[in-house]
Amino acid sequence: MQEIERHPNEQRLSDSIPVIAPGHTFASVTDKISAIVLTHRTPIGWFIGAGIAFALTMLLFVAVAYLILKGTGIWGINIPIAWAFAITNFVWWIGIGHAGTLISAILLLLRQRWRTSINRFAEAMTLFAVACAGLFPVIHLGRPWLFYWLLPYPNTMSIWPNFRSPLMWDVFAVSTYATVSLLFWYVGLIPDLATLRDRARHRFGQIVYGMLALGWRGSAIHWNRYETASLLLAGLATPLVVSVHTVVSFDFSIAILPGWHTTIFPPYFVAGAIYSGFAMVLTIAIPLRKFYGLEDFITERHLRNMAKIMLATGLIVGYGYTIEAFMAWYSSNTFEEFMIKNRMTGPYAPSYWSLILCNIIVPQLLWFRRVRGSVPGLFILSLVVNTGMWLERFIIIVTSLHRDFLPSSWGMFRPTFWDWATYIGTLGLFTALLFLFIRFLPMISIFEMRTLLPRTETGEHSAAPERRPA
Amino acid sequence: MTTGEQQPPLYGLMAEFENPDALIAATRRAYEAGYRKMDAYTPFPIEELSEALGFHRNALPLIVLIGGLMGTIGGYGLLYWTSVIDYPINVGGRPFHSWPAFIPITFETTVLCAALAAVLGLLALNGLPMPHHPVFNAPNFALASRNKFFLCIEAADPRFDYERTKDFLLHLNAREVTDVES
Repeated sequence: MQEIERHPNEQRLSDSIPVIAPGHTFASVTDKISAIVLTHRTPIGWFIGAGIAFALTMLLFVAVAYLILKGTGIWGINIPIAWAFAITNFVWWIGIGHAGTLISAILLLLRQRWRTSINRFAEAMTLFAVACAGLFPVIHLGRPWLFYWLLPYPNTMSIWPNFRSPLMWDVFAVSTYATVSLLFWYVGLIPDLATLRDRARHRFGQIVYGMLALGWRGSAIHWNRYETASLLLAGLATPLVVSVHTVVSFDFSIAILPGWHTTIFPPYFVAGAIYSGFAMVLTIAIPLRKFYGLEDFITERHLRNMAKIMLATGLIVGYGYTIEAFMAWYSSNTFEEFMIKNRMTGPYAPSYWSLILCNIIVPQLLWFRRVRGSVPGLFILSLVVNTGMWLERFIIIVTSLHRDFLPSSWGMFRPTFWDWATYIGTLGLFTALLFLFIRFLPMISIFEMRTLLPRTETGEHSAAPERRPA
Repeated sequence: MTTGEQQPPLYGLMAEFENPDALIAATRRAYEAGYRKMDAYTPFPIEELSEALGFHRNALPLIVLIGGLMGTIGGYGLLYWTSVIDYPINVGGRPFHSWPAFIPITFETTVLCAALAAVLGLLALNGLPMPHHPVFNAPNFALASRNKFFLCIEAADPRFDYERTKDFLLHLNAREVTDVES
């Protein structure tokens, strides 16, 4: 990875903003990132932020406890709208996770070196998002304590799951995704855990990081296998991440419901997942680099590149919406035609048009270089896109279900307090896990940052002149 | 350590370098000089180093391939056996062996087993977890995870001779050469 030839045009292509600010050495990169974890003084802002996040996590615990006590009737769901918030949140969270894998795996295979400083926390984001996502289908089961019936295990009932159902595919896709993301993340952490072990001054830190580092000693032969393993895991994670949202979209597209039964769903879901995921990476990266002073490592070039990916995937999502409307008209199918008309003008029309505003219209601002260069602007846009993508899932699920073929079976969904409490609770859980992560683990991959430095930088004793290419 | 009799058993000699290029050059020279039982320690992966150490056979891709194939066969086998043999159930008139519906899960089990094989294979081949290793006894070795580059020639090497090897390492532009107790 070290020996990538610089493309003659790289200078021009990179907007002349480096991926790491000049003047850093192996030592300074190591010290700066590990100091965030090994400091004795946790910033007061961390306690405030983590406090709020933990309070919201408690709200989730209350909501889930009450749900288990009372049943899913505490939510606004009923036939015909049995899915509503739970599955909206599931799809939304899973989608958010996808950007982490995209950054860590696909951009690694494509040798996009700018990914280096954002891949670690993006992968952490993936894990936490998948944890939040996985919660929803389980608590939506009605009898969540029997969730293990979904797993193929020899049982006294002498039955097996129906493997022809996309819901079973989902179980395998999401659990594989969670496992592989965890493995990939942990393998990536091992050398940095060794750094923390070697730099921790407290016995407790030395022991805990030492155990987690598994005795990593940076042997060249180990590194060789390590690089092979990283590339292979990236190669495995790449089709996996595409398969996960494809399988999630099968949950819908294999049903015969108008608004669900369409072949465009898999690519459109994957693009939407990357779109919302990059929005979430920006939502997290922008405050992080500000509060922890990481502008040297997460430079404006990172933000701009992510903005460009958002713009590109946003356009694919926009294409998906257009094709949905076009096919409804082109099919001449009464029910399809009604479905799209109902979305645009029915009782949920405000949600539909907010979705179009958030996902299609506002992100067009990203065409402007000034918007891509504006950090507060990108932060606001990322929140807009996150909202828009949540609305997209809500629209797909609720508007398709609430008015299907028979007007006699139509219904309406109105979220209750407990719908919101569960959703906001998972936002709290996600944020709380992120706060713990940035406090106890290096949020930027230290060893990969070292590979970005020219090899002649020898550390703090070095008197050698700067030889970094400008 | 300079007195002959009382020294604890020696694991090897550790040379410290300031930058990767010096380490790569030193490793190549050591290999040319006939040393084989040696290893380099660096804070980040350096491709040329494992070549300079004469390491060419990496078994990991084969392990991952085998893991993936086992996942494919195991996954499809599970679906076939449960859906066709042990619990055949008519779902919407589809055949018991409805293979297109078995593809997604087979794919997932393939990826899962291949990824597990990659991680477990990596740990097994590297002999990890190994909480302690003699090289950690070397002074300054904590910097191998920060900004220093090390080459250790082990005492087990047939060409190892304390004085001659130490002299050799010192002539390779090492910043310092220290003994590593085992």
